[in-house]
Amino acid sequence: MIAPRAFRVFVLAGLMLLILWSRAQGQGYANLGSDAAGFAVPDRGRQLQFPADHGPHPGFRVEWWYLTANLRTASGEDLGVQWTLFRSALVPEGPAGPGSPGGPGGPEGWKNPHIWMGQAAVTTATSHSYAERLGRGGIGQAGVVTDPFSAWIDDWSLTSADDTLDNLSVTARGTEFSYDLSLQQQGPLILHGENGYSVKSEDGQASFYYSQPAYRVTGTVVLPDGPVEVTGEAWLDREWSSQPLAADQSGWDWFSLRFDSGEKVMGFVLRGERGDFTSGSWITADGATTPLSPAEFIATPVSWSRVAGRDIPTLWQVEIPTRGVSVEVAALNPGAWMGTSFSYWEGPVALSGSHRGTGYLEMTGYGDARSSNPSERK
Amino acid sequence: MIHVLATMFGHWRRAPLQLVLLIAGLALATALWSAVQAINAEARASYERAVERLGTGDMAALTSPEGTIALETYVRLRRAGWQLSPVLEGVWGQGEQSVTLLGVDVLSYPGAPAMAAAAETEGNLDVAGLLMTPGVMFANPGTRAKLERDDQEAARIFSLPDLPPDLVLSDISVVEALLNRPGQLSRLLILPDQPRDLPPLSARAPGLVVTATNDGPLGDPGRLTRSFHLNLTAFGFLSFGVGLFIVQGSIMLSIEQRRGTIRTLRCLGVSVSSLMTALLLELILLALVAGAVGLVVGYSLAGLLLPDVSATLRGLYGAPVDGTLSLRLSWVLSGLGMALAGTLLAGLQALISLRRLARHLSQASYAPARLSASQIQILCLSGAGLIGLGAVVLSFGSGLLAGFVGLGGLMLGSAVLVLPVLNLLLQGARRMAGSPELQWLAADSRLQLPGLSLSLMALLLAVATNVGVGTMVSSFRMTFVDWIDQRLVADVFVEVETEAQAQSVLRWATLLRARSLPQFYSDTRLNSAPLRIYGVVDDPLYREHWPLVRKTPDAWERLHGGGAVFVNEQLAQRDGVQVGDRMTVGPGWSAPVAAVYSDYGNPDKQIIASLPALRAQVPSPTLLRIGLVPPEGMSRDDLAQRLEQDLDITRTAIRDKEAIKSLSIAVFDRTFVVTGALNILTLAVAGFAMLTSFLSQWTRRLPQLAPVWAMGISRARLAGLEFLRSLGFAILTFVFALPLGLGLAWVLLNVINLEAFGWRLPMYLFPGAWARLLLLTCLAAGLAALTPVLRLLRLAPAQLLGVFSNDRP
Repeated sequence: MIAPRAFRVFVLAGLMLLILWSRAQGQGYANLGSDAAGFAVPDRGRQLQFPADHGPHPGFRVEWWYLTANLRTASGEDLGVQWTLFRSALVPEGPAGPGSPGGPGGPEGWKNPHIWMGQAAVTTATSHSYAERLGRGGIGQAGVVTDPFSAWIDDWSLTSADDTLDNLSVTARGTEFSYDLSLQQQGPLILHGENGYSVKSEDGQASFYYSQPAYRVTGTVVLPDGPVEVTGEAWLDREWSSQPLAADQSGWDWFSLRFDSGEKVMGFVLRGERGDFTSGSWITADGATTPLSPAEFIATPVSWSRVAGRDIPTLWQVEIPTRGVSVEVAALNPGAWMGTSFSYWEGPVALSGSHRGTGYLEMTGYGDARSSNPSERK
Repeated sequence: MIHVLATMFGHWRRAPLQLVLLIAGLALATALWSAVQAINAEARASYERAVERLGTGDMAALTSPEGTIALETYVRLRRAGWQLSPVLEGVWGQGEQSVTLLGVDVLSYPGAPAMAAAAETEGNLDVAGLLMTPGVMFANPGTRAKLERDDQEAARIFSLPDLPPDLVLSDISVVEALLNRPGQLSRLLILPDQPRDLPPLSARAPGLVVTATNDGPLGDPGRLTRSFHLNLTAFGFLSFGVGLFIVQGSIMLSIEQRRGTIRTLRCLGVSVSSLMTALLLELILLALVAGAVGLVVGYSLAGLLLPDVSATLRGLYGAPVDGTLSLRLSWVLSGLGMALAGTLLAGLQALISLRRLARHLSQASYAPARLSASQIQILCLSGAGLIGLGAVVLSFGSGLLAGFVGLGGLMLGSAVLVLPVLNLLLQGARRMAGSPELQWLAADSRLQLPGLSLSLMALLLAVATNVGVGTMVSSFRMTFVDWIDQRLVADVFVEVETEAQAQSVLRWATLLRARSLPQFYSDTRLNSAPLRIYGVVDDPLYREHWPLVRKTPDAWERLHGGGAVFVNEQLAQRDGVQVGDRMTVGPGWSAPVAAVYSDYGNPDKQIIASLPALRAQVPSPTLLRIGLVPPEGMSRDDLAQRLEQDLDITRTAIRDKEAIKSLSIAVFDRTFVVTGALNILTLAVAGFAMLTSFLSQWTRRLPQLAPVWAMGISRARLAGLEFLRSLGFAILTFVFALPLGLGLAWVLLNVINLEAFGWRLPMYLFPGAWARLLLLTCLAAGLAALTPVLRLLRLAPAQLLGVFSNDRP
């Protein structure tokens, strides 16, 4: 018999692989391969259009609305908050693009081919609580609409009063925590890669990827000890694709870093048998963005922690020599393991070295002891 | 200490038969008990496996009084934060081929992992295939075979052995399409982990009710079958108790026989406590050895009985139970524990008498004393108290447990009373007896009573159980046979496959002037349980034959003219429906209940309405079986033959009333195989108990027999009297046990059956069976008396004379 969690892995295997890696087999791209199998593929020349692109893209296989926030309580304690909504399509709906009839694509009701998955977490230096929601498309249990903008699954939501992402409210609730936060943007939307066309491997797999990296946050987080008022900063990622990773790639390490100087950097390392593929964006204080070329962003594990039965690098050295960046990236809580259907590590980090600041780190593909062995990684 | 032990054990070398009897008795008791435990454990493990893998156990659910819940309501509750899993349930297919479809959301359903595993191993299935139309379905292998006539369907159905029969599990998207019920749900399971600070359900879904235990087809079968297992346990316990009487008798006998050894050991300076320890160790060793033997026998016995039990459970409750047995450590330990505890309990008297014996060395042999007045008083009071308690529990308690507790009180109380009653009878017999010989026999028997008490109690319990259970089963069988005779109103039944075929059979019957009784029905669900509604035509055959257990005087008129319905006993019992009540049959259909009919062997609820009434609600009810009565002058066989020839209907589709009847009775008999086996075994154990009691009395008997012999009564005559006495005890016990057994039967038929199956049964008396049982009892008592009697015959006069050797002139 397989456990419920393993079952969900089965259900969603091959669907959420872009970031939530198929750990059990340690195999690359599982049944997705680089074949989009009838789904739409990102078109390099396409210009992103807003507000339409804030909404779902049902022609693509996977998509997410991904919010992370570095917060501080009135008494000065740091904590991190995550709110994520994934959409994945079971079968292709043809080349339907954004704004196709019926919202998130396909027929209404249980026959709708989309599955939605929400994940939320609150991480302090001493505790890490997370929750997960799964829902079917087409029945109203989960979805995203654009006017006004609203993304939801069950009672969790990320909403705006208008069709922009400028001012958002976000709520989620688990058995041990809940939060209710207000977000105000402090800068423009950032398009990664080539006007939002973000290459993920040397073979050319790509996704559409944009962010709002500069929200100011106020609100309340309820922890087991009671509610606390928090303030801080948040970062929203939007990404969708159908064939994003190469066959040999087994996981990734993704960084969103916010320097006290006002500059920000998004960088990721896609670990592959043929070598790592790195990419990223350099964002100035006023929101001007420059893509980082493949070798520019260097992330090296410094020390590993034993988390949930596997070794995870929770202290990193990140260097961008062209920008004079050499920082140590340390997890606020090394135990920020998301033991969800697809397990991965995700938590707030603190920066020291050439720059100070905060950020979020996400690491996937460390699920299996075999592939998480530090010596094998090299 | 070792020497003491060796000396004590030496006794068994000299009396190997006794050792064998003791171990056999204890082993038999352990075997019966542990066999029942093994069967129960196996069944429970099967249920737990099924519940763990697929079912929702006793998970609470939200249901609607209207029967269906709108999809919007589910979404509204999810959006309020409630973690629920939706289920859509309905009947799919026609007639014999119909199954219950259970549609679940595989993303939230607790049993989804088992579905996924089956899909993965059998179909190498991808996610889209599991969730999307045309989708896949899951059924147990039997149900799957039934559905596989259609090749296209077959490819979509995967085996899932833990599912109950006639249930097909699938994703809700598949099920709503098959049932054509888009946007409808049957219930919402409340999942165990809920987020904090949820709004109350009543505010978000005021129309819904929380059902503490959902009664869906994947609910816990353990709950449904609890009564059955309690029944088995009670039987096992009874056998164990009776078995302990054997042990008690044997151990007492061994102490009696080791009198000399014990005296010698004491004279050699062995302390009382050493002797007691030695006996205790002996008891423990015996218990472990006999317990181990008992476990081996019990395991084999359980292995033999399990296929029948699992057939019974499947047949009666649809509960999936594997026919194979697995060895469990807990079972071995509990079996040995039971043997040990039982042996120590049974050896208690032996320990006490050893202590007395060891302390009073001077006392040559304590003479058996008859019951003292105060002892009788105590026995009478406690017996009456137990019976009173049992009666109170039976009259005021409710439920199966109360039934068994009440029965226990009644039986135990009667067992305690057996001594005072026999004492009284013997007292009377002594006064009435003409010859001094008989007077002596009566007086001597009274003297023996305390020694025989336990084995007589055992015999009483065994006989009473035999009468009770036998009466129950026979009454049930007789009612059943009678009932099925009535129920099969027509002589020939023909199975039809299509509506057109049904119509042609009806037309053909009219032309032939044969009477036809088409069995229209519609399957639905009532309070989340399956319900079949029959629509019957107005034919006098029904009025004459259909077995009604409670009815209004004009029941049939009200059925055909007044829109009333008849309900089966199961429905009446479970939903508390009475004749005269008005009940909801379905959405927008309520009707008065004009009668309750018996419907044995059917686990589900059933309703009979007139055909027009059914048609008014269900425009095209299913018709798959038509009953036919041949016209005057035509035999059943002729009718069947004509049917075959004229309409080209295959022989297998035509069923003779007698064939259906014998098949049903065969199923019934199979159901009670286990009960019958346990019944006979209990009686055997009781006979055994008597044998050991007689043997243990034997040594003490000599001082009583010797003077009588000396007065001129020959050994042969004494032996004859001895034999007679044994039979007398058996007959008296039987006479006493008979009413108790009938009481037991009444409780079984009217309390236990009602609770367990939902039907009450009339009680029939079977004097022939009692006579047979009396013979069996006498046989057991005679066999038990045989050894002492033979010994008496072979006894050397010198030994009898020896009794007087210590008497001073």
